[in-house]
Amino acid sequence: MIKAAKNYLTFLARCGRIAFVGDWRYYAWMGALTLVCLVGLNAYAKQLVHGLITTGMTDQVSWGVYIANFTFMVGVAAAAAMLVIPVYIYDNEELHDLVIFGELLAVAAIIMCLLFVTVDLGRPDRFWHMIPGVGEFNFPGSMLSWDVVVLNGYLLLNVHICGYLLYCRYQNRTPSKWFYIPFVFIAIGWAISIHTVTAFLYVGLGGRHFWNSAIVGPRFIASAFTAGPALIILALQVIRKVTEYRITDKALLTLRSIVQVSMIINVFLLANEVFKEFYSKTAHVASAEYLYFGLHGFSGLVGWIWTAVAFNLIAMVILILPVSRSLKWLDVACVLAIVGIWIEKGMGLVIPGFIPTPLGEIVEYTPSWNETLVCLGIWAFGLLCYTIFLRMAIPILQGKLSKSSETQSVPDTTPAPITSQV
Amino acid sequence: MSCSSNSPNSGGCGGGGCGSGSGGHEHGMDRRSFLRTSSVAVAGVAALAASLAPLRDLTDVGTAEQFFQKHYKKLTPEDMEKVLARITREVEKQYEVRPHVRDYKAMDGVEFVYALNLTRCIGCRKCVHACVAENNQSRNPEIQYIRVLKMPHGSMDPEKGDHNYTSELVPEKGSFYMPVQCQQCVNPPCVKVCPVKATWQESDGITVIDYDWCIGCRYCEAACPYFARRFNFTKPSIPKDQINPNMSYLGNRPRPQGVVEKCHFCIQRTRAGKYPACMEVCPTGARKFGNILDPDSEVSHILKTKRVFIQLKEEVGTSPRFFYYFDV
Repeated sequence: MIKAAKNYLTFLARCGRIAFVGDWRYYAWMGALTLVCLVGLNAYAKQLVHGLITTGMTDQVSWGVYIANFTFMVGVAAAAAMLVIPVYIYDNEELHDLVIFGELLAVAAIIMCLLFVTVDLGRPDRFWHMIPGVGEFNFPGSMLSWDVVVLNGYLLLNVHICGYLLYCRYQNRTPSKWFYIPFVFIAIGWAISIHTVTAFLYVGLGGRHFWNSAIVGPRFIASAFTAGPALIILALQVIRKVTEYRITDKALLTLRSIVQVSMIINVFLLANEVFKEFYSKTAHVASAEYLYFGLHGFSGLVGWIWTAVAFNLIAMVILILPVSRSLKWLDVACVLAIVGIWIEKGMGLVIPGFIPTPLGEIVEYTPSWNETLVCLGIWAFGLLCYTIFLRMAIPILQGKLSKSSETQSVPDTTPAPITSQV
Repeated sequence: MSCSSNSPNSGGCGGGGCGSGSGGHEHGMDRRSFLRTSSVAVAGVAALAASLAPLRDLTDVGTAEQFFQKHYKKLTPEDMEKVLARITREVEKQYEVRPHVRDYKAMDGVEFVYALNLTRCIGCRKCVHACVAENNQSRNPEIQYIRVLKMPHGSMDPEKGDHNYTSELVPEKGSFYMPVQCQQCVNPPCVKVCPVKATWQESDGITVIDYDWCIGCRYCEAACPYFARRFNFTKPSIPKDQINPNMSYLGNRPRPQGVVEKCHFCIQRTRAGKYPACMEVCPTGARKFGNILDPDSEVSHILKTKRVFIQLKEEVGTSPRFFYYFDV
């Protein structure tokens, strides 16, 4: 038992060490990300002192880019399931090893989600009020409580699956199916739930007509299964380029068909929403009108949303055409899809829900500089986490970081402290 | 890769785990790499400290007592006594006024209801300012619980209202005026969504907030169909000579930065048998307030005899305890 624990600690310590080792490109990349993280931390420190007045938010538009980014990242996290489903349900061998990369992305994305929610709190010092048993957890009444449960659950599930598979590979033994296959299937259902619950955060508000629509949930899922795998396509190509890890074009093209179908569904659902709003033209069309055409001379989001619509449509056309079988075009489509969906979910969904207010007042929202820096800091931190995870995972998957390489330096039987063992 | 030699008994960034995608080697630590590692570590700590520098301006870091304070409903009477003493101390220190802070409880057999006569309201906004003075709302940035809408004749749709009318003289022809504040709903969406139960409905119908429990997520603000809730985006500021020293825990005591607040029917007055400040100041008698469970109260009489009374946004199912009516 003690030996097992020690073995595991050795594994963790070696993984930790390797995160600090790399070539100059690695150091430059990590250094740049750390710098942006620190700039973001500095901006957050200012926000802690002066309050959320340092953001562009108001009582009228009481959620901004923090919650918009949160919503987008939940989608990215959920999309890990789109790699898992083909492998475990359809036995697609091509994607088998890539599942780990998708799940690690999910872990990094959930960490970002938790950070985006935390920076949005007026009283982060009181976060413990939300811990069940210690605080007062409003479950099952509040959708936000559901979100806390599903996000943390999803984080644990993915950490367990990736951690277990990598540790087995490190020890060069076959993973016991009972130890991870049930969790893989739970995680697939759970992935859908995290994004559905996040959609319900909005859908459940009867006083906000723009959100109070049954289609928001399906739209979230469709857009997540577009943007998430698109991000993974790009990430895999970077991995392929900077490491010796072999990723086949066929794997990328399998993901392409996922992005393709999801994007078509996504655009279709968007068209449904737009039709319902503008054809019936009830009094509740105000937010959609503000978003797409401007309302009473206010048109802050019009440029954003048409950019998103254009990007999504162009991406869809490229994805449908055979040209996207060439990676160059596929990359263009992926970038357009990611940016388009990021706008659509952020500026296009969260903000117009608040404009006009339930009393008909129009107050526009622009993120402040400080708020933007906090967001950039969190994005950099997420990328930093993902890079570190990959830095650890890739040598393990390649067999370069393994238990046998451990014994090369020190015999495994030597009971020595970890620091001297490695 | 900078890794070179291998000495198994050293720490640092080396070690058997160096093997990487681009082909690493084992790596030990000599003096040069030790110096490099430590200078990187020092630079890192310095950069971290520099980025956290704004925290030096954090003036009131809460005490442990404040941090660990329990939810309102879990406070024993002795706990509450201590909490009230703490609030008294804080107010005295900050505003140089000795307040009278109490925890007014709901009375049995009472359910408060508000009725507002739209025929009489002239849109003078006296209620708005009386409310600010009574309830110790922040003057900068300005927080107000009541919004008076200038409405075109013929519509009760608040989305047609003018929020920022600056008429020299009111009322203006062709308009009527509709003040909107917390509607003290029977089914309050704000209470349902709060993840930490920091806001709830009391037995007398008033939805209250524990300002010491709210985490400031503002989900309630998003949920409210009446734009009734306000958030303290920064530390509220109130001139010392304008503090109302008659305070209640769930009502008008000064709020901290980063929490939500709203109209509570002047809990510190109404639970002590007085009328709300907005009603008392109204020059036209448009505002009526009372106990709906008392069949002889003025509000009972109004709801029984007026032919039409209106609950704002009835379609959202909130069932407000705030009724609008006309002299017809």
